Amino acid sequence: MSSITTSERLGNYLEIFGELEKRSAKQPKWLRELRDAAFARFCETGFPTTKDEDWRFTNVNAISHASFSMTHPQQRLAPADLEQFRLPHAACRLVFVNGSFAPGLSDTGALPKGVRVGSLANEIANNPAALESHLGHYIKFGRDGFSALNTALIEDGAYVHLPRRTVLEAPIHFLFASVASGNPAMAHPHNLIIAEDETQASIVEDYVSFGNAPFFSNVVTELVADENAVLSHYLIEREDLHAYNISTLRLQQARASNVTSHSVLLGGALVRNNVHPVLAGEGGECLINGLFIGNGRQHMDNYMLVEHASPHCSSRQFYNGILDGTSHGVFHGRIIVHKDAQKTDAKQTNRNLLLSDNAQIDTKPQLEIYADDVKCTHGATIGQIEENALFYMRSRGIDEASARRLLLMAFANESLNRMKSDSVREYLSGVIQKWLPDTVAKPTPGDGSAERRWEEVG
Amino acid sequence: MSMLEIKNLHASVNNHEILRGIDLTVNAGEVHSIMGPNGSGKSTLAQVLARRETYEIAQGEVLLNGKDLLAMKPEEAAGEGLFVAFQYPVEVPGISNAYFLRAALNAIRKYRGQEELDAMDFLPLLKEKMRLLDMDERFLNRPVNEGFSGGEKKRNEIVQMAVLEPRLAILDETDSGLDIDALKIVANGVNSLRSPDRAMVVVTHYQRLLNHIVPDYVHVLVDGRIAKSGGPELALELEEKGYAWAEPEAAISK
Repeated sequence: MSSITTSERLGNYLEIFGELEKRSAKQPKWLRELRDAAFARFCETGFPTTKDEDWRFTNVNAISHASFSMTHPQQRLAPADLEQFRLPHAACRLVFVNGSFAPGLSDTGALPKGVRVGSLANEIANNPAALESHLGHYIKFGRDGFSALNTALIEDGAYVHLPRRTVLEAPIHFLFASVASGNPAMAHPHNLIIAEDETQASIVEDYVSFGNAPFFSNVVTELVADENAVLSHYLIEREDLHAYNISTLRLQQARASNVTSHSVLLGGALVRNNVHPVLAGEGGECLINGLFIGNGRQHMDNYMLVEHASPHCSSRQFYNGILDGTSHGVFHGRIIVHKDAQKTDAKQTNRNLLLSDNAQIDTKPQLEIYADDVKCTHGATIGQIEENALFYMRSRGIDEASARRLLLMAFANESLNRMKSDSVREYLSGVIQKWLPDTVAKPTPGDGSAERRWEEVG
Repeated sequence: MSMLEIKNLHASVNNHEILRGIDLTVNAGEVHSIMGPNGSGKSTLAQVLARRETYEIAQGEVLLNGKDLLAMKPEEAAGEGLFVAFQYPVEVPGISNAYFLRAALNAIRKYRGQEELDAMDFLPLLKEKMRLLDMDERFLNRPVNEGFSGGEKKRNEIVQMAVLEPRLAILDETDSGLDIDALKIVANGVNSLRSPDRAMVVVTHYQRLLNHIVPDYVHVLVDGRIAKSGGPELALELEEKGYAWAEPEAAISK
């Protein structure tokens, strides 16, 4: 029996990395060393398998066994193609096509003086010194093969730098278009957001697709919130069913910062959404709020790693899932309370509606507490549409499909109502309402009354 | 044509027959009361009329304004003018009272080919009906029935009835669990909705409610059949003599 050679296992990544090395020969040494170290790590570990505890519920063979190219797409997008994805009232919009910044499709708007919003590639070329202490600094590429691969292939992505006391009322929109026709393609965007002391802003990271071939997005976003910064990050996954999307949001929170992460997962065949805040200064607050709606054979894995590294911080995780067809959802909420993080207040709640007998949810809390004066709670529910409520609504004249839709929207609204930006919340509400019809206009199978529930206080 | 015609209605749940041949005719403008002891089938009758699917109809016919009610879905029955105030109103988490009721009213208006109401037109209407039932405006934005007390839920049912303006209203034990003040408020609300082109069937265990909502006819339901029918005086007689008094006659009429 012959074992798989390293070059076989690495597929075309070796070649892609080699080309990038050539292109980036003139870039700063620290960056080249970072890529080298990350690539070495990727060569060592490869992609995770279901034997890894953190990947138990998610099989990534569809990604690791396939070959994706990183060439520029043949299909050229025109501004009109993207109009359907316009986020109203955005301060600016950065468009990336297969991971590369597309200035012709972007609109950087009028931003306050000193605010830098643009492409990481541009920043690497023109202002690399400002990046050195941040880029790749927070993401621990040793954690998994995907982060290692992304770091090894750092080339472009979105870059935002908010100087001290900047307040942006309108959201910044990053639109990532995946374009693949004929051949499978991929992108490894790396986003860096640096928010200095007392800043306030919202960032919307949005994934959409064009074409008919598989597309693999492997994204890392590093977001640094300095003292007292108040930041909201929104992830919208609405690619088509050819998409594989692995994304990691790494939040670094300084003293008294307040960061919220909202994820709305609607599209994609295989989605893994990692959210990893580190509460590194006293009094930090973090809210991780998510909604995933799966149908058909979609797989949506939400993995949270919340690290309490300082005293008096609070974190909240709320994830609501709606699963139909044979879709599979995962909620894996891990909380680590480090030794000195006394008075930590951490809570996680995962609520799920299963609309079909064949839909599946795996929900797994994981608390690791090394401090002795903390409050950590977690809970999960799995249920179906409440038949009594459905009948009650019908008895008042509302037809069954509309009643189902109202009940599902009410469930989704639990997540939407935690979003502070009115314009983003209303926009997402509209997106979700359009997304729902296929999944709701049919009765619930089974007896409809079973509900499982567990709740613990630790 | 009668508003409601029930002919020889038999209904069972899990092969257990609960309604065993009900006959009842209700005309526009009339208020009928159905009284009976626990387990006599009062609530089953209300649920069957509301088109709850858990009941099997073995025999019989129910006509709502001449149309076959038993062939209608619950939402169609509502569109045809039926309203049932439930004994145990259901909580609908995440949907506000105001939103829910506007959706219901517009669904019914659409069913009838009428124009839908926007929030601007709807809100004053709802507020007016809530005042009638002495309900605070904060209930507008609270999720339907969620966290409401028993009395608040019952009043909320009558608010819904007042907004939806049914042609036939069935009140299923709307008085149960109410204190006398709440009972008066509910009864006033119901009385204000009495009209020559609307009929009501008031299902109750207790005579007390009928002091406040005076019916034209009273029927006593025993063991799945109407054992006795009469005028309002029948309710007083029942109060005095108890349901046992009506039962032997049910046996005789077999």
